[in-house]
Amino acid sequence: MGRELTKKERMELPRQSMPTQDPMDRIKNFDEVALGLTAEMAITEAERCLECKKPRCVDGCPVGIDIPAFIHEMQEGDFKKALAIIKMANTLPAICGRVCPQEDQCEQVCVVGNKYKPVAIGRLERFVADWEVAQGGEVIMPDRQPETGFKVAIVGSGPAGLATAAELAMRGHSVTVFEALHKPGGVLVYGIPEFRLPKKIVEDEVGNLEKLGVEMRYNWVIGKIASVQELFTEYDFDAVFIGTGAGLPYFMGIPGEDYIGVYSANEFLTRVNLMKGFNFPAFDTPVGMGRRVAVVGSGNVAMDCLRTAKRLGAEEVICLYRRTRAESPARLEELEHAEEEAIDFRWLSSPVEIYGNEDARVTGVRIQKMELGEPDASGRRRPVPIEGEQYDVELDTIIMGIGQGPNPLVTQSTEGLELNRWGNIVVDEETMMTSIPGVFAGGDIVTGAATVILAMGAGKVAANGIDNYLRETVRVPKVRTA
Amino acid sequence: MPTLIEIKEIAPAFKQYLVKTPEIARKHQAGQFVIVLLHDHGERIPLTIADSDADAGTITLVVQEVGKSTMEMGLMSEGDHIEVVGPLGTPTHIENFGTCVCVGGGAGIAPLLPIARAMKGAGNEVISILGGRTKELVILRDEMTEASTEMIYTTDDGSFGAKGFVTNALDRLIEERGKPDIVVAIGPAIMMKAVADMTRPLEISTVVSLNTIMIDGTGMCGGCRVSVGGDSKFVCVDGPEFDAHTVDFDLMMKRQATFLPEEQAARLRFLEQHECKATKGTEVK
Repeated sequence: MGRELTKKERMELPRQSMPTQDPMDRIKNFDEVALGLTAEMAITEAERCLECKKPRCVDGCPVGIDIPAFIHEMQEGDFKKALAIIKMANTLPAICGRVCPQEDQCEQVCVVGNKYKPVAIGRLERFVADWEVAQGGEVIMPDRQPETGFKVAIVGSGPAGLATAAELAMRGHSVTVFEALHKPGGVLVYGIPEFRLPKKIVEDEVGNLEKLGVEMRYNWVIGKIASVQELFTEYDFDAVFIGTGAGLPYFMGIPGEDYIGVYSANEFLTRVNLMKGFNFPAFDTPVGMGRRVAVVGSGNVAMDCLRTAKRLGAEEVICLYRRTRAESPARLEELEHAEEEAIDFRWLSSPVEIYGNEDARVTGVRIQKMELGEPDASGRRRPVPIEGEQYDVELDTIIMGIGQGPNPLVTQSTEGLELNRWGNIVVDEETMMTSIPGVFAGGDIVTGAATVILAMGAGKVAANGIDNYLRETVRVPKVRTA
Repeated sequence: MPTLIEIKEIAPAFKQYLVKTPEIARKHQAGQFVIVLLHDHGERIPLTIADSDADAGTITLVVQEVGKSTMEMGLMSEGDHIEVVGPLGTPTHIENFGTCVCVGGGAGIAPLLPIARAMKGAGNEVISILGGRTKELVILRDEMTEASTEMIYTTDDGSFGAKGFVTNALDRLIEERGKPDIVVAIGPAIMMKAVADMTRPLEISTVVSLNTIMIDGTGMCGGCRVSVGGDSKFVCVDGPEFDAHTVDFDLMMKRQATFLPEEQAARLRFLEQHECKATKGTEVK
């Protein structure tokens, strides 16, 4: 490295923008939209970091990555060391570098951002993770501590489960992950599309966990093939972590929702992402999407549906949201990408009835125009119908992207598990232990639908709680595995 | 991964698979089903469980070859591996009702078998009415005979039992012997609808088991939803059994045709590729 830059010089370096596929090209393919920084760009971006003595970014990170330390190594060009620092706190950096809402976390509190644009921490994280894969060969994994002999079952292989599994494996516990689907990753695989998170990356990261000694069991629906209690009594686990996510699709409860052509976002995305329906008939699962598609909702899941519909060749793709762009729960980056891809956003629009023909196929939707009234409990202004202002739109497909609830399959089959009134599991926030001793939970099944990184953060806290519980309360493993 | 340990053709376009999958065999209860995936390009298909043996660690699947995936399964060999998820769905409510009439049509006879057996085991008098287009399509007759106290058969062509439909036989049975305490009907949607329409005015408690389009089978996608008593229910977790008198069969039958064009195209493409090997399957309307 050349001359040491001054603070001012660092801050005046331009934030490196992410190279992306051209919108008109990318709507014709499922390849990743964001292409990643080049090494040169990454080093320049790293140079923008002031290496604060009391870094606020670390507090902004749900898993507490030592951000200034890894960026320092990047400034030196030592990507390997940088990645090793990240992996001490986060075993899934290629995923988080892509899907974390950094603008609300580490980057939101970055000091550089006070006057200039914040350091692009997420892009740097993604860069070093991708760099390692591009190098080929063995990936660095944190060391595994000596075997403890304790067996821990993880229910669900989404972000919460994977983070918990990684952390516990590093601490020397014997970890088995039970996944209901035939592939690992949970929402990372069935929900988030290929163009935002290539599935190869999820497979690689899970492969890394297996190298760390984590055992993966697919097609195991806990609550059916074995109850949580049976994991203790018949399968000899010493502790169980429930990370089953927010997998229950919500519908609106308006007339016509059972017509053919109305999908939950989960169904639509699962057909495309998990089952590779975009490649029908090479893959056997059809998607059945029509030509005029509306997606209801304006969160990240809705954005994924809109952009997927566009890529599948829909002639018209409409977003119906009852509030305005400003209240949209989607990440700004996702919203902007969708706008670049010529999605027809209809703000202040709420469907009230779906029309169908004699074959029960969707033909259209009646839309109620809304206006914003007084703030509601969420602090956002409440959408209020404008009387007499309704209009019809002809459509053949409607996708409900209005949110997901906790899947009751595990919670209802587990006697004695305390739930809140929405069906989420109640936990002790410090240990993440549920009302049943030895049973822990984290991620969307506890908080309601949130983000990948919050689920991972919860997984880390739970791993700590489980580790303490095993060492201090259980003390002797049921069956010696070591 | 579960292994196909025995494959038998039990009727034209009907194959019976003995699948080694000890954990599922151990937990299976009457009324439950599995989801099967043949390979990594495959689709997840719900299949009913005809039998299970906890000691041997096996389940029995009886599959009618109606589409690409079921025909492709028919080309598999003993020793091959498939992915199996289950046991899924809520088990049948079994108790001693008194007289239980089990009505089975076509492929619906397979899931009826464990239910009939459990009903008989609980002390019910089990009268089974089995029907099919023609004699050889009335499957699992020996097994059902063992699981029932009395058997009645019907065929559309009169080649076996009484000529006509299962509903004709049910009608006669009720006329001659009065109302049974419960009816369990499993078969084509149109058959279950006809049974429901017959027992509704007579107020005979009637249960049907629905087989809708599914992906995950765990309540995640909602593709299997049906309207029951005006509420939207998920067949995979709320069912597959429902009160027959409250199911909107017309809407369900229409929803079952969601992917008809894709299914027909996939079936034809498969038949072209496997002309000499695959049985032609059965065209289901």
